[in-house]
Amino acid sequence: MDVKVTPPSAPFPGSVQEIPGGGIVLSTLDDVINWARSNSLWPLVFGTSCCAIEMMSAASAKYDFSRFGFEVARATPRQADVIIIAGTIVNKMAPVLKRLFDQMPDPKYVIAMGACATSGGPFFYNTYSVVKGADHVIPVDVYVAGCPPRPEALLHALITLQEKIKSGLTRDQIRTQFAENGK
Amino acid sequence: MGNEELILKLKEVFPEMDCVQGNDWPELSFGSDRLIDVITYLKQTPELAFDYLFCETCVDWKTHFNMVYHLDSTRYRHNVVLKVKTDREKPEIASLAHVYRTAEQHEREIFDLFGIVFLGHPNLKRIMLTEEWVGYPLRKDYEDPINIIKL
Repeated sequence: MDVKVTPPSAPFPGSVQEIPGGGIVLSTLDDVINWARSNSLWPLVFGTSCCAIEMMSAASAKYDFSRFGFEVARATPRQADVIIIAGTIVNKMAPVLKRLFDQMPDPKYVIAMGACATSGGPFFYNTYSVVKGADHVIPVDVYVAGCPPRPEALLHALITLQEKIKSGLTRDQIRTQFAENGK
Repeated sequence: MGNEELILKLKEVFPEMDCVQGNDWPELSFGSDRLIDVITYLKQTPELAFDYLFCETCVDWKTHFNMVYHLDSTRYRHNVVLKVKTDREKPEIASLAHVYRTAEQHEREIFDLFGIVFLGHPNLKRIMLTEEWVGYPLRKDYEDPINIIKL
């Protein structure tokens, strides 16, 4: 799967056709919609352990992920676009996570932050209570390594998610495309 | 009271018990039948005044369980650790819920994860695991082939 990386010099998808007295922007509607969506992603306030501290750090002034359009963290899934699974998911939390994900409006995206959300991490062996990877419960678009990942790593994941959305390659977009075109 | 003074005092009152200096605090070890005696003495003696149970937990030594109680005096700021040996086949010990109210929640958690039965506890049922859970996960011999991947 190729995620095309948008160069900073081309912030808007499409091309400008110069004509006397101005110009016309040529683009496809899908590209414009994906561009708009990727630059306004509202994360859900969801943190189950120490990764949430790093996520808060990434949200605060020093790292400030609202620079990239992750403007306002929403305390309700009904207003959120992206869920950052920041922390360990235990068996008792799994149904809660599923319900939160189901309550989010489409299109929705998922980032698994840190070792626990990716694979169970330090709790992979000899534990009775931990889900070995959040992707057993909900589909994940971007995985971040680290225990916990640094805020820079989370920022990289968020930007990767934006590129994925612009390329139309998130799980949600692929599923929608498949339902519409059968391919 | 300092640690040395506390050890001397405890050795004088409970000569048959083992009292040593631990990493931080004096540690008193004894059998489960003496628990209520010791706790009552420590709490009600005015110069000791251990009025706060700040930690209650359990250790599985495979041959037996050790209940561990950490007591603090909010008046004198001295601490003591009690280590109480409990039978593994029939793990029963007196509840401290009527002496220290905080023990009620601690003991429910220990019952949940170690399966120790606290006699006289007002509401002894599982606190974190589901009601229908079988077994006690923090015991060394706990087996769960579905969830546990062994290393």
